Amino acid sequence: MATKDVLSPLPGTFYRKPSPDAPVYKSEGDTVKKGEVIGLIEVMKSFHEVHADADGTITAFHADNEDAVMAGQPLATLAI
Amino acid sequence: MTRQIKTLFIANRGEIAVRIIRAARELGLKTIQAHSLADADSLAVRLADEAVNIGPPSAAKSYLNVDAVVAAAVASGADAVHPGYGFLAENARFAEAVEAAGLVFVGPTPQQIRMMGDKVSALEAAIHAGVPTVPGSKGRVETPEAAGVVVDRIGFPVMIKASAGGGGRGIRVATSRDEFDRLMPQASAEALAAFGDGGLYIEKFIVSSRHVEVQVLGDGHDVVHFYERECSLQRRRQKVWEEAPAAMLPADVRAKLCQSAVDLAKAVKYRGAGTIEYLYDDTTRDFYFLEMNTRIQVEHPVTEMITGFDLVREMIRVSVGEKLRMKQSDIVIRGHAIECRINAEDPTKNFMPAPGLIESLVVPGGAGVRFDSLLYQGYTVPPFYDSLLGKLIVWDEDRSAAITRMARALSELKIGGVKTTRGLHLALASDPDVQAARFDTQFLEHWLEKHSEQCGE
Repeated sequence: MATKDVLSPLPGTFYRKPSPDAPVYKSEGDTVKKGEVIGLIEVMKSFHEVHADADGTITAFHADNEDAVMAGQPLATLAI
Repeated sequence: MTRQIKTLFIANRGEIAVRIIRAARELGLKTIQAHSLADADSLAVRLADEAVNIGPPSAAKSYLNVDAVVAAAVASGADAVHPGYGFLAENARFAEAVEAAGLVFVGPTPQQIRMMGDKVSALEAAIHAGVPTVPGSKGRVETPEAAGVVVDRIGFPVMIKASAGGGGRGIRVATSRDEFDRLMPQASAEALAAFGDGGLYIEKFIVSSRHVEVQVLGDGHDVVHFYERECSLQRRRQKVWEEAPAAMLPADVRAKLCQSAVDLAKAVKYRGAGTIEYLYDDTTRDFYFLEMNTRIQVEHPVTEMITGFDLVREMIRVSVGEKLRMKQSDIVIRGHAIECRINAEDPTKNFMPAPGLIESLVVPGGAGVRFDSLLYQGYTVPPFYDSLLGKLIVWDEDRSAAITRMARALSELKIGGVKTTRGLHLALASDPDVQAARFDTQFLEHWLEKHSEQCGE
């Protein structure tokens, strides 16, 4: 099966949930549609959504909640 | 009683950390710079005598971590802590922890921070000191009759606000008694549905207001003011362009405004540098207390430029128990100063943040020009903190000359590698309304709807 990585669009802090008390957007094994939000990147105090760029199933997350990430770094892998 | 200190611990980052190091060095103090893992190669770390890692990049785990910062300050052997602005600067628990550890906190007492940090107690202190506040019901109105009495006293337009609301929610504006009588029951029902509490209060609606603020400095007994700044050019409540003095303020209003700030600071026996913020209505010439900031502010350099005093150096002196070194009559306004905040943001793309490598840097100079920044060539601006790269400040004989000088200095400034707001400021400097000081706190957001494409590099 083909895979595709979801890359961080910006450098910053990765969040897997919309707010500290909320559940995660997506877990490993969840299916996603192209354009669906899988996390947030906080850069210079502003928040930007990270979207799945294809339909598929999330097989792995490569960054934890609140991890510092660089632009282009893989955040998750999709089986498509 | 004056306490001798030798070493200052800087519990902040960015351009203000650099600013504090400079003042400390002029006072003969050794400097120890706190930094997160992401700031190990910052300009402040390079300039300081020593540096201490206080945690991971996330501000919550480093610059905002009270226990980690206090422990690092104590372990470093410092005898005073400067909090800068933002982060822990207005955190009373932090000030308390610093003092409990036997170190000097460069700022007001924890009690003063707490009193001014709470909206209700700050407003009460202002009213008690005779500082004008926005006319209104001063609390909930329980009946339509009581509401009628309030609006008869303050006049229209008025805002009807939900007691339990916040952040702009649950606000209605009434411009006449008929409208008011119609809106009150609606507002109450809506507040009950939205917040589970139908309580309302009423405030005068200031249609067009300017943001003015007075710089004060106290030693715990005496207080002096350093006149006012105007910061009406704001985007999303963030100041963008600041000036001193306020161009449209008549001399008699300036005198009353500055005296009211001194009255409030004296009433609480204020120690340190502080700023009292006001709304100013230039149609009625009325000013109203907004809040007091119990710290040095980003825009303090414009005040330094028109008065000639170094506010950061003076706030360190009063924090160790020295008396004020100047009398009110020593402080006079000379000329006009403007500060432009240079942020790593793209003004043509809705101010998208733009951290990254500073590939090249040309800093403006010449008469009356100052650049307070965190930049050096080869530095990588980290994405974890706010977008302020530096502050370009100019002074000249009058406002018109200062705007011309600002445009000249902006044209020299070259920051290669990241997008910045330099182009926004160049466009503002050539705008006829800005040149005529015809603006209020809503001006910039409306202006950007029409002009943001002109703000590129």
